[in-house]
Amino acid sequence: MPDRPDDAATSPGRPGMTEFELAESGEPDPSAGSDAPMVRAEDVHKSFGRTEVLRGIDLEVERGEVMCVIGPSGSGKSTFLRCINHLEKINAGRLSVDGQLIGYREKNGKLHELSEREIAAQRRQIGMVFQRFNLFPHKTALENVMEAPLKVRRIPRDKARVAAELLLDRVGLADRASHYPSQLSGGQQQRVAIARALAMEPALMLFDEPTSALDPELVGEVLDVMKTLARDGMTMIVVTHELGFAREVADTLVFMDEGRILEQGPPPTLLTTPTHPRLRDFLSKVL
Amino acid sequence: MKTQDDGRARPEPIKAVPVRHPGRWIAVAVLTVLGAQFIHMLLTNDQFMWGYIFDNAFNPPVLEGVQTTLKLTVGAMAIGITLGVVIAVMRLSSNPILSGVAWLYTWFFRAVPRIVLAVLFGNMGVLYSHYTVGFPFSGQIADLLGVDLNGTLFSVDANKILLPIFAGLLALALSEAAYMAEIIRAGIQSVDPGQSEAAAALGMSRPLVMRRIVLPQAMRVVIPPTGNETIAMLKDTAILAAVPVTNELFFQLDAIGNREFRPFPMLVAACLWYLALTSVLMVGQYFLERRFSRGHARTGQARTRLRILGKDH
Repeated sequence: MPDRPDDAATSPGRPGMTEFELAESGEPDPSAGSDAPMVRAEDVHKSFGRTEVLRGIDLEVERGEVMCVIGPSGSGKSTFLRCINHLEKINAGRLSVDGQLIGYREKNGKLHELSEREIAAQRRQIGMVFQRFNLFPHKTALENVMEAPLKVRRIPRDKARVAAELLLDRVGLADRASHYPSQLSGGQQQRVAIARALAMEPALMLFDEPTSALDPELVGEVLDVMKTLARDGMTMIVVTHELGFAREVADTLVFMDEGRILEQGPPPTLLTTPTHPRLRDFLSKVL
Repeated sequence: MKTQDDGRARPEPIKAVPVRHPGRWIAVAVLTVLGAQFIHMLLTNDQFMWGYIFDNAFNPPVLEGVQTTLKLTVGAMAIGITLGVVIAVMRLSSNPILSGVAWLYTWFFRAVPRIVLAVLFGNMGVLYSHYTVGFPFSGQIADLLGVDLNGTLFSVDANKILLPIFAGLLALALSEAAYMAEIIRAGIQSVDPGQSEAAAALGMSRPLVMRRIVLPQAMRVVIPPTGNETIAMLKDTAILAAVPVTNELFFQLDAIGNREFRPFPMLVAACLWYLALTSVLMVGQYFLERRFSRGHARTGQARTRLRILGKDH
């Protein structure tokens, strides 16, 4: 898999990126337990029927951290991501985002299931980008971005429109606002999907193989948007096969196989001097 | 193919002798003879009484019957679709009671023939002479406690609300709701689950996801069969003649024929009327279907139309 040539901005530093004022919204909410890590997973297990997909995941993601998760297909990376915003229910262990247990409330040492409304409320602080974009095909790009602010956050229409236009501009699609998803390329659709997730001003962004469904020449434009997002301090967990991106942007790289985390650390270390034989095997196949 | 710069001349178009189709010609000959015989019958058999048909097919009572038929169709479909959406959503609910009740509903109303249902509803007056709205079982509870308690909020005479036309409308609407529920359920299930997932990930509640994301997309699948249902409903209003709904089209035409001892011509008139009415609906359906089958095409025009029709306000 050939690496893409890097774009101009390669330094992972965080200078004042004034053109992206909206990135402020990506800053963590100071009201919640701000000393807690953004994501904390403790011995998370998940099975589908008899198949155990996650077999004890322990993980911490700090505020502003970018974590990339790699691993062979079927290793449970996507399932873990989907557990974080409760699209999948975990069977054992604990999973919290921003100090809040996901899907449950703890009272007197007992876990109580959250109602659907409470789960929906938890999801609002977590943005998710899907492999297959999942844009709403009956709505224009602008309407896709406006939908949640309008109907969930109940922001007045004119304000939501201005914010959505800014977001589309931020992902470089200001001129495609009135296009329907079917009129956009895969890369453009995925960028609209990112804008749509950002419109809820999430504290955490999850990316589930965001470039895997794209034609090779369209991968770069999506990764570029994600790079700027990372540079602006967004906390991100990215399941990806793009090792070049992981090396450049990630603070931490996690290697998963068969439902376990086998190795984690700074990307250069993992990619150049892998210790676990499975990771070595995996890298020899994808590099 | 466009570039001919390799120096080769474009080959001549193929001129071949087409395949003969003798079977087609035989079929045309047979059908022509049959068709001629049929037209001959229509024109020469006195029993048709074409003059009589056209003298009576536009009587004021008949025209009122057309109106009633159209109103019944619109009314029954409106109630049927609304209730159908509710039942479809119930059927797909994770609550087993709700989905069970929805299943029971569709089972009952699809199993009983519409004409039986209509006549049954028309005779509902025998159950109670008065229908009351009040607290459930208030009479029984009062008896049990030995107190005099009146839980009735209001009460109406059965013969006033169970007019044949309402009974008939209700029968058609409830029966239609069962069929529409199945159609809408199929439509909802045809929407990519990724859509609900993406909406849920944005923090949208389930009712909101259904109303804003899933149902508008289900429309594309639901619209064409709904057109069929509407046409079928227009024809089924004739069933209500058995209730009897007296100001309905078929009842009127049949009544004229019976009164004047010329039933056959008026039955022909009924055929022609229903033929005309359903043809109008079929034209409408053709355009609707063309619009919605284009829904997934990559043209902005079709998209915009889809949006207009699928949008809720």
